[in-house]
Amino acid sequence: MDETNDIIQSRDEQWRVGLRASRSPKERTAIERVAMPQLDPQYRVTCNEEVNQGITAEQAMREATRCLDCNNPQCVTGCPVGINIPKFIKNIERGDFAQAAATLKQTSSLPAVCGRVCPQEKQCESHCIHLKMKHPAVAIGYLERFAADWQREHGAEEAVRRPASNGIKVAVVGSGPAGLSFAGDMAKLGYEVTVFEALHEIGGVLKYGIPEFRLPNAIVDHEIDGLRQMGVTFVKNCIIGRTVTVDELCQQGFKGVFVASGAGFPRFMDIPGENLSGVMSSNEYLTRINLMEAGRGGDTPVLRGRVIAVVGGGNTAMDSARTARRMGAERVILVYRRSEAEMPARLEEVGHAKEEGVEFMTLHNPVEYLGDDRGRVRAMRVQRMELGEPDASGRRSPVPVEGAVEDIAVDLVIVAVGVSPNQLVPRSVPGLEVSRRNTIVVDDDTMQSSVPFLYAGGDIVRGGATVILAMGDGRRAAQAMHKQLS
Amino acid sequence: MNKIVSKQQFSAAVTKLVVEAPLIARSRRAGHFVIVRCGEHGERIPLTIADADPAAGTITLVVQAVGESTRKICALNPGEALTDVVGPLGQATHIERYGTVLCCGGGVGVAPLLPIIRAMKAAGNRVVSVLAGRTKDLIILEDEVRASSDDVIIMTDDGSYGQQGLVTVGVEQVLQREQVDYCVTIGPAIMMKFVALLTKKYEVPTEASLNAIMVDGTGMCGACRVTVGGRTRFVCVEGPEFDAHQIDFDELLMRLKNN
Repeated sequence: MDETNDIIQSRDEQWRVGLRASRSPKERTAIERVAMPQLDPQYRVTCNEEVNQGITAEQAMREATRCLDCNNPQCVTGCPVGINIPKFIKNIERGDFAQAAATLKQTSSLPAVCGRVCPQEKQCESHCIHLKMKHPAVAIGYLERFAADWQREHGAEEAVRRPASNGIKVAVVGSGPAGLSFAGDMAKLGYEVTVFEALHEIGGVLKYGIPEFRLPNAIVDHEIDGLRQMGVTFVKNCIIGRTVTVDELCQQGFKGVFVASGAGFPRFMDIPGENLSGVMSSNEYLTRINLMEAGRGGDTPVLRGRVIAVVGGGNTAMDSARTARRMGAERVILVYRRSEAEMPARLEEVGHAKEEGVEFMTLHNPVEYLGDDRGRVRAMRVQRMELGEPDASGRRSPVPVEGAVEDIAVDLVIVAVGVSPNQLVPRSVPGLEVSRRNTIVVDDDTMQSSVPFLYAGGDIVRGGATVILAMGDGRRAAQAMHKQLS
Repeated sequence: MNKIVSKQQFSAAVTKLVVEAPLIARSRRAGHFVIVRCGEHGERIPLTIADADPAAGTITLVVQAVGESTRKICALNPGEALTDVVGPLGQATHIERYGTVLCCGGGVGVAPLLPIIRAMKAAGNRVVSVLAGRTKDLIILEDEVRASSDDVIIMTDDGSYGQQGLVTVGVEQVLQREQVDYCVTIGPAIMMKFVALLTKKYEVPTEASLNAIMVDGTGMCGACRVTVGGRTRFVCVEGPEFDAHQIDFDELLMRLKNN
C-alpha cells in the first residue's frame, strides 16, 4: 500500500534523519507530556464553550520532540485510517505546521474532528514506545488537533487541487463521519460525489450528537466546506429509500452507493414507566439541544430538570450528563450498572464530567420509573448491582444484589444505553442482506454488501462505534469501490 | 427551501398550503407525512400529507395554528417558502377492498383522512364519512370528502351545522344502521380514543393515525413512542397508523399534554 511506502520513505528524508540525530532518545524521553489547557469547570458549566483549549505552538513543538521517530512506528497500526503519524509529528517538531497538516489531510478528511473526539488512548497512543518505558505516550491526539487548527486559523490550506473528474457518479447516504470520509477519498480520486442527508444539517452525529463544548460546529462546517471545494455535492432533506430510492439513483447514473446512514435508533430498557413524560433517549435530548438549539435561541423546546438522571456509561452518557449541567440542572446523577473501570466512555470524558459536578452512581441499574398523577416522572427505582463473572464482552457482568432497591427523586431521565441501526435505508433496498441486529452485512475488507454496487460502513454496519472507526470504514469502502469501478 | 404555491384559509386557525416538493409529490402515498421547518432556528414539525400533484410537483398540507411554530407556518404567503420539507415518512395506509369503510375525521384530521377516503373509494369500498368539528367553521374539505364518499354525516358540538353532538354520535348511527367492515379515524387523540372504544364494542377493526411529538421523524429520537398492545412502538417509522383497539390512548394523551 502507498501508505506503508510513505511511512518508510518519509523517514529516510534528509531533514528527518537530521532531526532525529539532533537530540538523543534520552533527552526526548526526559520531556514531560504536555497537559491540555482547559476551561475552569466552574465557568464552563455556565456556557457552551469548548472545554479543551488546544495547545500552543511552543507546547506542540516540545511535545513533538518527545516522539522518538521509531524505526517501526507502532502508533500507525493503531490508527483506523492509517495516518503517517511520525511524519506529521516530526514536521511539527521542525516548525513546518503546514506540512504537518498536509500530512494529516493525505489520509484523514476530518483531522480537526479526530484530534478532538478520537479515543487516542485506545488507538495510536496505546502503541506508543513511551508506554513500554513506563512514560506517558506522546500526545498524538493533541498534536493532530494542533496541526489541523493551525492550518484552519492561518488560512494555510493548500489551494485545493480539484482533481480532474473521471465522470463517474457515486452516491453517499448519510453525512456523518463514515460518509464524509468516503466522500473525501472518492473526490480525491476524481469521482463526482453526491452526499444525501436526511436532516436539515450536514454532519450527522458530529452535529446532532456530539455537543459544542466537545466539538464546535464551526470546526465541522469548516471540514465540510473543504469537501465542497473538492467538488463534493451535498443534498439535505433527502432520505434515500423514501424521497428517492436506490433504484432511482442507479437510473440517474450513479455507479456506486455507499450507505453510511448511522445507528439512529435509540435503545430503551423496556422497564415499567419508561414512557412517562420526562424519560427520553439521549438522542432526543442531545438532538433537541445540539441540532435544534433548544434553550439557545431555537424554537424547539426541551424539558429542563432540577434533578436529572442519565443512564449509561458511554461517551453519549457523558455528553448528556455534561449537557444537563449546562442546561442548569442542580444535580446530575449518572447511573451505570457496572463499575467505573468497565465504563466504555473515554477517561477524559469521565474526568471532565466529574470536574463538572456530575455524580456517579455506579453498580446501580434502574428497574422502574415512578410517575406523578399527571404522568410525569418523579422518581427512579434503582437496583444495586455487584460484579460477577466476565461476559461475552470480557467485562465482568453486573448481577443484582437481592433486596438492595431504593427510590431516588428525579424529574428528568435521559436513557443513554446504546443505539441500534436505523432501518429506513436497509429496508428499502431489495435483496440487501441484513443481520439479525439489523446491521447491513458487508465484507470486512471491502465493505461491499450483498448488492454488488452497494457498500456500507459506520454504525449501520457496526451497530454503534466511534467516529474514527466509521471513517476507517469509509476509507476502505472508497478504495474497494474505486478498484471495482476503474 | 420549498416555495408556497398557493394558500387557502379554512378558518381562523386552519390553513391549507400547497407547497413545491416535486420528489415527495411523486413518491408519497396515502397516510405518509412530512417534517417541515420554518425559519433558520425553526422547530421540526410533522404534518400529514393531505394531497399531492405529481405533475405540478406540489403537496398539500393543512395546518392548524396551535403553537408558535404552526402559527409561523400558517402566516406564510404564496411566494414565500418553508425552510425545509423532508419525506415522505411513515408507513402508507393499507388499502384494500374491505366492503364498507367508515372514515371519521375530527377538525384538521379531515385533511390527512381525505387521501385515505379517496384510496378506499378507488379500491371499491362503500365509504361512509363522518366529519366532526366544534363549530361550522371548523368543518373542512366537505366537498372533497363528499366527492369520494357514498354518505357523509356532519357533526358539530354546537349544532351550528349538520347534527349537534360529538363525533361518536354520528359513528354510532352508522354502526347501528349498517354492517361496517373497517374504520379509519384521524383527529384529536381524545376523539380517536372514544371512536376506538365505540368500534371495539361493535367489533369493527379500526386504524387510528397518531399525531405524536417528534423531533427528527426518522426513528432517531424516540420522542414519538407509544404503547400499542403492550409494546413500545415508534410512531414515525412504525406508524403513524396503528390498530386503534390496541393503542394506550391515555398514555398518548399524557405525553402530548406534558411535552
